[in-house]
Parts: sequence; C-alpha cells; structure tokens
Amino acid sequence: MALLEVKDLKVRVEEREILHGLTLTVNEGEVHAIMGPNGSGKSTLSHVIAGKPGYEVTDGQILFKGEDLLEMDPEERAAKGVFLAFQYPVEIPGVATMNFLRTALNAQRKARGESEYSTPDFLKKVREVSKSLNIPQDMLKRGVNVGFSGGEKKRNEVLQMALFEPSLCILDEMDSGLDIDALRIAADGVNALRSPKRAMVVITHYQRLLNYIVPDFVHVMSKGRVVKSGDKQLALELEESGYTQFEDAA
Amino acid sequence: MPAVQETVERVKRIDVDQYRYGFETLIDSEKAPKGLSEDIVKFISGKKNEPAWMLQWRLEAYRRWLTMTEPTWARVEYPKIDFQDIYYYAAPKPKKTVSSLDEIDPEILKTYEKLGIPLREVAMLEGVEPKPGEEDPARRKIAVDAVFDSVSVATTFKAELKKAGVIFMPISEAIREHPELVQKYLGSVVPTSDNFYATLNSAVFSDGSFVYVPPGVRCPMELSTYFRINERNTGQFERTLIIADKGSYVSYLEGCTAPQRDENQLHAAVVELVALDDAEIKYSTVQNWYPGNSEGKGGIYNFVTKRGDCRGNHSKISWTQVETGSAITWKYPSCILRGDNSSGEFYSIAISNGFQQVDSGTKMIHLGKNTSSRIISKGIAAGKSQNTYRGLVTAHRKATGARNFTACDSLLIGDKCGAHTVPYIEAKNSSATFEHEATTSKISEDVLFYCVQRGLSQEEAVGLVVNGFVKDVLQQLPMEFAVEAQKLISISLEGSVG
Repeated sequence: MALLEVKDLKVRVEEREILHGLTLTVNEGEVHAIMGPNGSGKSTLSHVIAGKPGYEVTDGQILFKGEDLLEMDPEERAAKGVFLAFQYPVEIPGVATMNFLRTALNAQRKARGESEYSTPDFLKKVREVSKSLNIPQDMLKRGVNVGFSGGEKKRNEVLQMALFEPSLCILDEMDSGLDIDALRIAADGVNALRSPKRAMVVITHYQRLLNYIVPDFVHVMSKGRVVKSGDKQLALELEESGYTQFEDAA
Repeated sequence: MPAVQETVERVKRIDVDQYRYGFETLIDSEKAPKGLSEDIVKFISGKKNEPAWMLQWRLEAYRRWLTMTEPTWARVEYPKIDFQDIYYYAAPKPKKTVSSLDEIDPEILKTYEKLGIPLREVAMLEGVEPKPGEEDPARRKIAVDAVFDSVSVATTFKAELKKAGVIFMPISEAIREHPELVQKYLGSVVPTSDNFYATLNSAVFSDGSFVYVPPGVRCPMELSTYFRINERNTGQFERTLIIADKGSYVSYLEGCTAPQRDENQLHAAVVELVALDDAEIKYSTVQNWYPGNSEGKGGIYNFVTKRGDCRGNHSKISWTQVETGSAITWKYPSCILRGDNSSGEFYSIAISNGFQQVDSGTKMIHLGKNTSSRIISKGIAAGKSQNTYRGLVTAHRKATGARNFTACDSLLIGDKCGAHTVPYIEAKNSSATFEHEATTSKISEDVLFYCVQRGLSQEEAVGLVVNGFVKDVLQQLPMEFAVEAQKLISISLEGSVG
C-alpha cells in the first residue's frame, strides 16, 4: 500500500479551479520533488494535503496509509504523521518555542493514545535534536519564530520535523529566503531524517535545493496538473530548458 | 499537564452558554425595601450601627447624587437604569452576631467552597496545588474577607494579622472600631462628589474591606476579598479602603462572581488606596461577574471607581486586573502621583466575548517631581463584543521629570467585534517624557493553521496564542491568581472561533 495516494484531485479556491485532476503516488522511503512555475498549484497541493481551510475539493481523493485524509481535521492529520514545513513559518509572540514544541508534541501523542513526555525526557530529546541542527538553546526560549532570521525559521521547522517524527514530510519552498550556508544546514537536517519508513515531498522552483536533498522522483507541475515525471535527471534538464515547454502540454 | 491543555479540558467540560459560577444560593436574607431615598440611606446606616458622622457623610453624598447625571462619554450602550427598581441592601439573615465561622450559615460557606474560596483557615493552610511542571511553591497563606451581597460574612487570619499590627476587617467594623483612621482617609482619594456612581456608592455602600498597614510593616500574607452578588435585583456597592503607612507593603487580591440571571444587576464599587512615604500597594483583581448569556441578556453592570493616591515621596501603587466578566465594564483604576519620585503602574487584561462591552483603562496623574508611570494594556475582543481602552496621562506644571510609558495592544478574534483605543495625553511642562505605543492585530488564519498543523486543536491554538499575547501582564499577578487567570481567559474565549 502506498503511503500517500492523490487521485485525480480537483480543487477550487473561491470559484476558480486550481488543481484540475492531479494524481501522485508516494511510497514509504521515497523522496519526491515537485517543481513548477509560480501559480502551477504546488503550494495548493501541500495545503490541501495538510488540511488548510479555504480550499474546496470538488473531485478525487487523497488516501494516507489507506485512510481518507480529506475526512480528517488538520490536527488529526498531524497526529497521523502528516507534517508540512511552511514556506513562511508564522510568529507567535509570547509563546516560548520550547513550550510550543512540548504542547504540540504531547497533543499529537495524546491523539494517538500514547503517553505524554515527561519534562526531563522531553528536554533531553529537544537538546539532542537542536544540537544536531545547530540551534542554540536560547533560541528555544524566545517566542515561536519571533525575531528569528530566515535560516532560523527554517531550522525551527526541521527541528519540529525531527521531534514529531512524521511519516510524511512536505517541504514547501524550503529554500526561499535562504543563503547557501543556511540552506546547507537545513538540508543536512532534512537528509538526516531520511529513512525507509518516511517519505518526503519537496516543493521547489529551483533545481539548486535538489543538489542538497537528492530526490528519487521529480514531477513537473503546470497549470494544476503533473505534466511530466522522471528521476533526478529531469530536474537538471529543467534547469537548462525552463518551464515554458510545459505550458502547452498542460 | 501544561496549563494550556488543562484549560482546554475545562472548557470542554462546560457548555458554551454555561457560566461556571452561575448558581444561586438559597438563604434567608433581609432586604431593605426597593428604591433609594434618605430613609433607605438611614436604614443602611442604622443596620450597621454607624456613628452620626458617618450617616451625615452618606446623606451629603445622597443629596449631591440627586443633582448629578449619569456619565455618557463611555463607549457603552444600555437601557436607562431605573435606580428606584433596585434593592440597595440585602444581607444574609444574621443569627445574632457572628464571632466564628461555625456561626455562619452553612449555605454561604458551601457557596464559597463551590467557588474554590476556602474560608476555613485550616483549608488555607493546606496550601495551593503546585503549578504543572514546577516544584511545590512556597506555601503561602492568604487572608480572605468574604462579602456576600451587602455584608462581609467572614474574615480569616485576623489574629495572625493583628500580631503584625495589620488591620484587615470589614469596613463596617472599621467605622466603629477605628473611626479616626476611617474619618481621616475615607473619601480622601475619591471624594463623595467625584462622579455619579462613586457618589451613589458613598450614599449606600454597605460593606467592603478595610486595610491599614502600620509604618515599616511588610504585611505577612496576601490579603484577599471575595465579592459575591446573590440576591435578585440587588445592587452591590462595596467600599474598599487601603492605607499603607510609611515604609509599608501590602499585596491585595480581589475576586468577584454572581449567579446567572436574566435581568441586569448593578455593581458600583469604590476602591481607595493611600500610600504614604516609601510605601507600596499592589492591588490585583480577577473580575468574573456574570457576563450575560449568548444573546446578550442579563449580566452585571460594573461601574467602578478605583483610585490610588501615592501621597508620600517614593511611594508606589500598582494595579493589575484581569477582566473577563460583566455585561458592561466601566472602570479606570488610576494613580495620583502626588509624592516626589512616586510611581504608578497599570497592567490590564480585558477580555470581551458575546455581547460584552468594555470601556476600561487608567489615569496617571503626575503631580510630584520625577514621578513615573507605566501602562500595559491588553484588550482581547471576540464574538460581538466591543472593547475600548481609554487612558489619561497628564503631567502637572510642577511635575518636572515626569515619565510615562504606555503600551496598548488589542487582539481581535473573528470579524464581528471591535477594539478601540482612546488615549488622552497632556503634558503641562516641557521636561515630561511620555511614550505611547499601540497595536491592533487579529489572530490570523495562518497562525491558527500553523498550530493545528502541529497537532493542536482550534481551541488549544487560540488559548496558546492569547496566553502568549497577555503574558507580560499575567506575570504581574501573584502566582495562584496567574494560574486561575490563565484558565479564566481560555474559558471566556470559548466558542469564539469556528
């Protein structure tokens, strides 16, 4: 059984159809890259999988571990193992990052019927993971993403990914706003989380990110559909030839 | 369990329309006839066995009140109040004089138990529950004065306070036992002619708390008064007077609840604080009067005058309030910074939901030299409520070196509520430094989605964001109150999203 099956998905936003029948299958252990120009529907796909309000699914289905994902609340999806690393992580003033991490992790564990982490166990786990991501402890005391640099925000996303141990990670334009060094740290963090039990969907404009996170499959999206799929070579070809060739195909 | 989660658990256990404290206690009570007249004022004074000077004071206030009109400048709307349709005095029927808790009507004691306000000192000594994830807090004692409708029913730890020289008793007793102090200070901060509601209070106040901390004494425990309105159509007009003599310190907490009723009930209290040289008073309120139901029916009209006078040099008065209740709130705890180098603080969280209307803020009146004040106000509006911050900062001609910092933040939840900020700033000398910051924001869909994507429910997400928003103010509250306030905040915002 595939981990994620998106079948003929049609999605509207305020009367306008954005996805016109998109199909995608992701198995455990695989890394898929989704590329495409602005407005091709990449972010819409990630939002619909995660359950963001404001999108109307008019046709098709999304199965996650064989279950109908569209029937679940976003928090239920999170507890089941769907993680979205945001392109623009939000700031939550006054809520210490550490507190946020613990509240979220325990909410997920509780939803799965698991016991909550004790404070010492939790602290130990956070310290381990944050160390590997080069995240200083004082950053965890600050409000969630408040005053964080672009790189720190993205590292904070990777930190959460590592803590929550999801089975599906969707990385929405993780490279946007990052310089090369920041990108490398974040990508190293992601690579450390690759595992035969975990799949990743990497959404990006540019081939550059895929030098760091090397995908097993590459899909090109245009005008709300997947118009071409291939291996990592496809990304390199795109870098050469651009997206315009697919405009007509869509 | 983290406090946020605990809050959500509690929220789930109650219905949208259910006010946790909305029960009524059935006790025998004694009421004055409805309406207000000189005879009623005399009746109240007589009930309290007051000396002649007190009755005279009340009658002057009453006569003054007859010439006054209700203020209309606040951003609140309500039908005209019929002041002749209110009971001005209601008291649990006394079983002679009450000398110990055992003689108090057990129904009243049960009421306070239900509210989680233990009046039995034994219970107080059991200490408070440790905050989740923290060590046992230092076990603190809190002395409680419980005011039920119009009279004070019990004051705990009197003996221990007496040893320290602190006087903590119902004001009705203080009028009889310490007339020299009461006469000297009563009405010296809020004069009988101050405003419509304060004047009304002066005429008909029935009870409240009186505190006197002698020079150089640090009050050995937190003092607390718990106000409960029970009787139908009864106004509660309590009067609190706190005096911190030279070099003393006192921290005072105030909490309030009322049963759920269809009709509105009037609450018009007056609180006066006096801090002499080098003295400090910290006054905290968690106000949770019944806010009315989801259609806006019922609820308390909370028209309160609170003012502190930093009379001495280097004195300090700090107001902290968490306002979640009442159908209408009209309240401006203020500081008169009379003494040189005195300072005033106002930390406020005002939350409105449903059809609640809040018009609240503070006045910082700088009269002395090098006086400073600080205002941190957090307004949160949800549902169809209106939430206004109204504040005055003024420096007198002689108040050289006056400094003020004001930060007013408003948070909107949903799109049917309103938040308003009305600051008045006046500097009559050129050496004053006033800073004012204000922000208005909404809990955005994006923030909520981010939280739920991480596994939090909608309610948990709102609770988390709001608690983050008010954190600066919550930190000012004594710890036991902070935990309670945090829960209260989430409960008041229940049903405000989705």
